[in-house]
Amino acid sequence: MDRKLKEAIASKLMLLATVFSSLLIFAVVIGLIQKSRPILATHSLSELLLSSSWFPLRGEFGFYPFIIGTIWVTVLAMLFSLPLCLLTSIYLAEYAPAKIRAFIKPLIDLLAGIPSVVYGLWGILIVVPLIKDYVAPFFGYSATGYCLLAGGIVLAIMVFPIIIAVSEEVFRAVPHEIREVSLALGATKWQTVKHVALRAALPGVIAAIVLGFSRAFGETMAVMMVVGNVARVPSSVFEPAYPLTALIANNYGEMMSVPLYDSALLLSALILLLVILFFSIAARIVLLRIERRVM
Amino acid sequence: MPKFKPHIRVKNLNLFYEGHHALKDITVDIPEKEITAIIGPSGCGKTTLLKSLNRLIDLVDGIEISGEVIVDGEDIYSTKVDVTYIRKKIGMLGQKPYPLPMSIYDNVAYGPRIHGMRKKKELDGIVEHYLEVAGLWDEVKDRLKSPASMLSAGQQQRLCLARSLAVEPEIILGDEPTSALDPISSKRIEEVFIALKKDYTIVIVTHILRQAVRLADYVIFLYMGDVIEQGPAKEIFENPKEERTKAYIGGEIS
Ligand SMILES: Nc1ncnc2c1ncn2[C@@H]1O[C@H](COP(=O)(O)OP(=O)(O)OP(=O)(O)O)[C@@H](O)[C@H]1O
Ligand SMILES: [Mg+2]
Repeated sequence: MDRKLKEAIASKLMLLATVFSSLLIFAVVIGLIQKSRPILATHSLSELLLSSSWFPLRGEFGFYPFIIGTIWVTVLAMLFSLPLCLLTSIYLAEYAPAKIRAFIKPLIDLLAGIPSVVYGLWGILIVVPLIKDYVAPFFGYSATGYCLLAGGIVLAIMVFPIIIAVSEEVFRAVPHEIREVSLALGATKWQTVKHVALRAALPGVIAAIVLGFSRAFGETMAVMMVVGNVARVPSSVFEPAYPLTALIANNYGEMMSVPLYDSALLLSALILLLVILFFSIAARIVLLRIERRVM
Repeated sequence: MPKFKPHIRVKNLNLFYEGHHALKDITVDIPEKEITAIIGPSGCGKTTLLKSLNRLIDLVDGIEISGEVIVDGEDIYSTKVDVTYIRKKIGMLGQKPYPLPMSIYDNVAYGPRIHGMRKKKELDGIVEHYLEVAGLWDEVKDRLKSPASMLSAGQQQRLCLARSLAVEPEIILGDEPTSALDPISSKRIEEVFIALKKDYTIVIVTHILRQAVRLADYVIFLYMGDVIEQGPAKEIFENPKEERTKAYIGGEIS
């Protein structure tokens, strides 16, 4: 066949695939908006988002506790994982001898492949009892262990591999020569890492963190297993919470006889999606600005 | 024995890259406050020798090194020596300009800052002074805060030179510092080097014989890891003693 023709077909095909996949996101958003209409028609958005009374049988759908639950679990997970992930990836990329790296890298990649349910079980068997018997009493709380803290810990461990893998790659992509420049000026290794490598890697590291955040936000199974699932605004990390994802997964298809229930759940899915979109866009903007400033 | 005051004395330096004998029993003296050119064909060990002079070679995994490099009477490979101190004293300019990912100002201020200087006023003075010395001040004085990567390659290389000078080294090493530049930028760098030699000991590696002729006071000819000949530039270029030096200068080996 003519080379030019092949070229034309290939590029058209790729364009088509690209258009199709970008249309998907619109299709999903439009579908969700369509389905959430009934509830939006009968309830004001501020009531849905800010009210704490969740009584579907009475027609009251306040998502506030679920939104707070989602945010808290995510924030806790990031608080636990960020410092550890950053230090680990810096160690692996900058300090670890080749042998240690070759040993640890696959282990971390392996963590990424473990199914969510397994993390959930591990949370129930280890994290929950630990919190119930030691951590909560230590801080003067009595708790079942099925709580925000457990959700945050399990989630933190689940986002580990992504953030570490991506940010380690980012660090290794920083040209060796600019480290040499810094060392040749008499900087110590740590000064070089802090002022040069970290700085050059910053946009990529932020991308890694956002990736982690998006996963944390949307992760359902493991969190649902340990977080307690009580529709109430938690007042401490030892209290149960009920993230949006868990709400959807627990109830969709079950409670469909209750009027407006499915519409309410799809609205919460829409909220989740919009928040994640918002995060990614915000991250892009931050990234662009940083790149313009330092690169 | 040399008739000049050596600033760097390399004695029986041997270096192996995982079995490959890259520097073979090198013994050379490098004169103070003059320009020394290291010449020789590709792969003969010029970069390796240069990086041995400020211990940047330490960064390469799996090397084996023996011998002495004595600077100001002190062996820089002695275990008592602080390597950051050595590198502060012996600056380096690379083959390609590598600006740090920060502003023009911060690039020059980087060295002084990591060595503990905090005062804004003094830093301003240092930045201006060394950008002047490197012949870049007039071109950048109005945009010190913009990213260094926005400069042209030639400007970047002068920035890198200013950055090296800002830590106040005594010795400047340059590894083919003009090879990535256009002729005009190369010429400017050469002029700066000539102006610098009254205060600094300069060692440059170069592929370009004519550049060595233009710049060098002293020449070291390396061939496959051996020093074949060393001496004042005039002698080496006009009256080389060794056959291989003659062949290299005559353009028969490259
Ligand atoms: N990191 C390394 N590992 C193994 N061998 C190396 C390494 N660096 C250099 N060599 C080898 O050591 C020898 C000297 O290399 P070097 O870079 O010092 O040569 P050079 O004279 O600077 O060459 P060029 O003019 O091409 O820059 C070469 O044979 C090279 O292949
Ligand atoms: Mg070289």
